[in-house]
Amino acid sequence: MKVNGEAKPLKTEISLLDFLIKEGYQISRIAVERNGRIISNGEYANVILSDADTLEVVSFVGGG
Amino acid sequence: MKQDKLVIGGHEFDSRFILGSGKYSLDLINAAVQNAGAQIITLALRRTNTGDTANILDYIPEGVTLLPNTSGARNAEEAVRIARLAREVGCGDFVKIEVIHDSKYLLPDNYETIKATEILAKEGFVVMPYMYPDLNAARDLVNAGAASIMPLGAPIGSNKGICTKDFIQILIDEIDLPIIVDAGIGKPSQACEAMEMGAAAVMANTAIATAGDIPAMAEAFKKAIEAGRSAYLAGLGRVIEKGGSASSPLTGFLKD
Repeated sequence: MKVNGEAKPLKTEISLLDFLIKEGYQISRIAVERNGRIISNGEYANVILSDADTLEVVSFVGGG
Repeated sequence: MKQDKLVIGGHEFDSRFILGSGKYSLDLINAAVQNAGAQIITLALRRTNTGDTANILDYIPEGVTLLPNTSGARNAEEAVRIARLAREVGCGDFVKIEVIHDSKYLLPDNYETIKATEILAKEGFVVMPYMYPDLNAARDLVNAGAASIMPLGAPIGSNKGICTKDFIQILIDEIDLPIIVDAGIGKPSQACEAMEMGAAAVMANTAIATAGDIPAMAEAFKKAIEAGRSAYLAGLGRVIEKGGSASSPLTGFLKD
């Protein structure tokens, strides 16, 4: 799997929600795109990740 | 007296100072927002590092409207993607469109900005496009559904002031949306000048972030923006091209 541009091999099947928690993301502060499509917060638990997936996990930072 | 509100996309604000949050420490954000009296603060969206424990949202006072920008977007498609992701974080429908593919001057691409504005306005966003002050492009942005127009005073981060003054004045005179001067304003006097011209609001980031005392400069900008607004509402005195005009009575003192 690719997460934010970096390779992240996925050995076992895992839901998006469990993956985000395991990686230490602040769930209420992020937005997630899987293979170019936005996954809304409520769907994280229903999405099962595969090693072929590409994820983008973004959040707010300072900016003008 | 009639209340003087800034209205953007149906939302009312008392403050006319939009504060940027870039290039300074999270610890100073709260004080900067408070001292600025700002009710709108801009943010950027970036990839999250898993080790990040501090999130900027935890430092912004409650009740402040978040205005995510689409910085990093090089075309309309990327701006739309960033805007949709920003909305997904769940902090409202406001978005500042910023499309830049020139890394030397950081000038916005008006054409791509108009395209992105049209798409996002249809999706219910309150779209505030950052643009090069061009009347035709501004009219296209109005037709595309923009909620305000944000012309630049000078290149982003330059602190050079309102180099595009005459062209911003044309937008103020001709466009029926709030004109918010964004980028280039480097000091309070320039923010005041923009407000005296009739700008609806001023956006500043670098001027504050690179100041010696960030919260104190935020307050100085607040006062300047309020002074400029008051002056605009009062109606500036006229300018005469040649000669002088006495302020005191012209009858001679102690003479017949």
